[in-house]
Amino acid sequence: MNLIPGGTPGDPPPPRPRRKKVILADSRAPVTKLRTVVELEEQTSWAEEVVRGFIRTQFWTAVRLALIVIAVFGALPLVFFLAPGLSEVTLAGVSLPWLLLGVLPFPLLFGVGYWYNRLADGHERDFVDLVEK
Amino acid sequence: MELNLWAVAAILLVGLATFSLGFRSSRQASTTQDFLVARRTVRSRRNAAAVSGEYLSAASFMGVAGLVLKDGADALWYPIGFTGGYLALMLFVAAPLRRSGAYTLSDFCEARLGSPALRRLSTAFVVFIGMLYLVPQFQGAGLAVHQILPSVPGWTGVGLVAVLVIVNVFGGGMRAVTVVQAFQYWLKLFAIAAPTFVLCALFFSNGGVDGIGATGLSQPAPPRFLSDATVTVETDVRLSVAESVQLRATGVVDGGYTRDQIVFWGPGWHTASEGTVLEFSEGSATPVIEGATVANIDWLRPITGSNDLFTTYSLIIALFLGTMGLPHVLVRFYTNPDGRAARRTTLHVLTLLGLFYVFPIMLGALSRVYAPELLVSGRTDAAVLALPMKIAPNTLGEILGAITAAGAFAAFLSTSSGLVVSVAGVLSTDVLRGRIRDFRFGAALAGSLPLVLAMLLRPSDISLSVGMSFALAASTFCPVLLLGIWWRKITWVGAVAGMLVGGVLVLVSLVVTTVSDYTGHWAPTFLQQPALATVPIAFLVVVITSKATPSRIPADTNRIRMRMHAPDRLGFIRDRDIARFGTAAERARLANGRHRR
Repeated sequence: MNLIPGGTPGDPPPPRPRRKKVILADSRAPVTKLRTVVELEEQTSWAEEVVRGFIRTQFWTAVRLALIVIAVFGALPLVFFLAPGLSEVTLAGVSLPWLLLGVLPFPLLFGVGYWYNRLADGHERDFVDLVEK
Repeated sequence: MELNLWAVAAILLVGLATFSLGFRSSRQASTTQDFLVARRTVRSRRNAAAVSGEYLSAASFMGVAGLVLKDGADALWYPIGFTGGYLALMLFVAAPLRRSGAYTLSDFCEARLGSPALRRLSTAFVVFIGMLYLVPQFQGAGLAVHQILPSVPGWTGVGLVAVLVIVNVFGGGMRAVTVVQAFQYWLKLFAIAAPTFVLCALFFSNGGVDGIGATGLSQPAPPRFLSDATVTVETDVRLSVAESVQLRATGVVDGGYTRDQIVFWGPGWHTASEGTVLEFSEGSATPVIEGATVANIDWLRPITGSNDLFTTYSLIIALFLGTMGLPHVLVRFYTNPDGRAARRTTLHVLTLLGLFYVFPIMLGALSRVYAPELLVSGRTDAAVLALPMKIAPNTLGEILGAITAAGAFAAFLSTSSGLVVSVAGVLSTDVLRGRIRDFRFGAALAGSLPLVLAMLLRPSDISLSVGMSFALAASTFCPVLLLGIWWRKITWVGAVAGMLVGGVLVLVSLVVTTVSDYTGHWAPTFLQQPALATVPIAFLVVVITSKATPSRIPADTNRIRMRMHAPDRLGFIRDRDIARFGTAAERARLANGRHRR
């Protein structure tokens, strides 16, 4: 009495699959975008070259900004080591090294971060414009 | 004894608020997706508050002030490094890593380099770094409880925080923790900023350093006791005395037993054993624990020798490059919807952290004036908690002390929750089978093992041991992350070699310094912070080994690199975990039925 093909008599009948809507692609996506995405995805030599150039731009932007931070923070300990008299200089009652180490770094870090954010966003926009043309 | 009531009430309030917030939002979390990545709908501002809330640990809340009290200007590099790590993360890691779709560091390693061996190795390091970071958090909790309730043994506080964290993580996983963490950031900021404002106002209205008769911060003399002080020594200490001092001691002093006798200490080194009670009279110079700066003028001046120079550079490297390798930090970035949002979140984090760190620095400087007895007992990490009662020995001080105690508790809770979630996530998906039950088991394991370690090991400075976990993260994950994201020719062989060499070097120096701490401080100081040597070595090993094994470069390197770097609008972002996490039944529940955001 094998009524259900492939099942044993004791098994409960399998649940009926829910209806699903199947579409080829999201019709809302712009066609041009789809085409460039396919081209990038397929790794044509053009796409590869463009992507490598873009990654290089982003990398050197980050490195340049990092160098600013490295230069400032790398120099500070050396300056304090070579010029110990600096701690006798006071500004508004606070010793100069304390201002340089306790207050200045935070706006500097934020500023560099803000700058990088703008540059990186700009590069990304340029890249999207380039591929979506 | 009234201080205890205020503080206990404040801590209970924090615990209750955390728990109820976590419980309320955890009722909405039902799938494995909810548990692990908060459905990726968290806004960047709230996410930034959550990142900062999770990141500001006991090392930041208590440790920074303690180190400033002890080391002065050189300790200022800790807050700089704790913040600067996020800049490095933002410049080189945040957006590409988010786009790679990796949930954990192990995910990233496997996705980029396609090696199960590398995945297992990085899992081991993630778990190890997480545990190493949890131990000082729990120890800090013990210290805080001991400061508030001297009669209660320290392990009660350790156990209390551990249980609260595990229960909270059990209840709601990461979504609950996101809300809780964002709340905790603002709580911590308030708990450190409000007391700082009030205490500074009191300090200046009393006429500053001259008005209260303390040693000026730029004078070539040690700090003085502002009133009669009784110090109980918790562990054996070696004290440096600059000006001869007369005190009354009960216990073992300089090797001899005394019972309520007058002791005269001339300039030089003196010792006091565990349990000794020392009574100092008002105006006498403070003996200072070994390793701390004695004279105020040296305290004010950064870098007093070439040794300091090396340690400082090493610290800068460890903190700047270590942040990106911390497991709980990266997991948090995964709740950003895309790479650009990850960058924006980091920018907010830079603001929030910079805002916070001004305050513990000021409290540390104030405690050099007001709380010199912490330099005798060596419990400098308690400065934030002890300072309010020193400046305002009345109800105001009690309330302020209760506020800082509550903030300290928020610090333990949030960082430990984050660490437990991330370690449990890695354990459940990599070692176990990735069901909700496994996640909970992982959480219990990740919480209880460090708990045992925290009770067994001797507490040292919180920030120092945290510095070691940064060094470990910087020497293992930083090279793999940076080179994996930006260098085309990295291979899994190179990554494994670099991680092993960097990790083993840091672990060796960790073991050597720990052993030397118990057997008379013979290890050279650079072993306490070895990052200056280990990080470049790890980078070199990765590069050289990768160059030697060019045949192992993954075939789909270009495609993966494009996914990581291509702008979000092009829509290459793939979240790898969709197929990975959850059992088949849980996935079916996700896909079928009602629409989910």
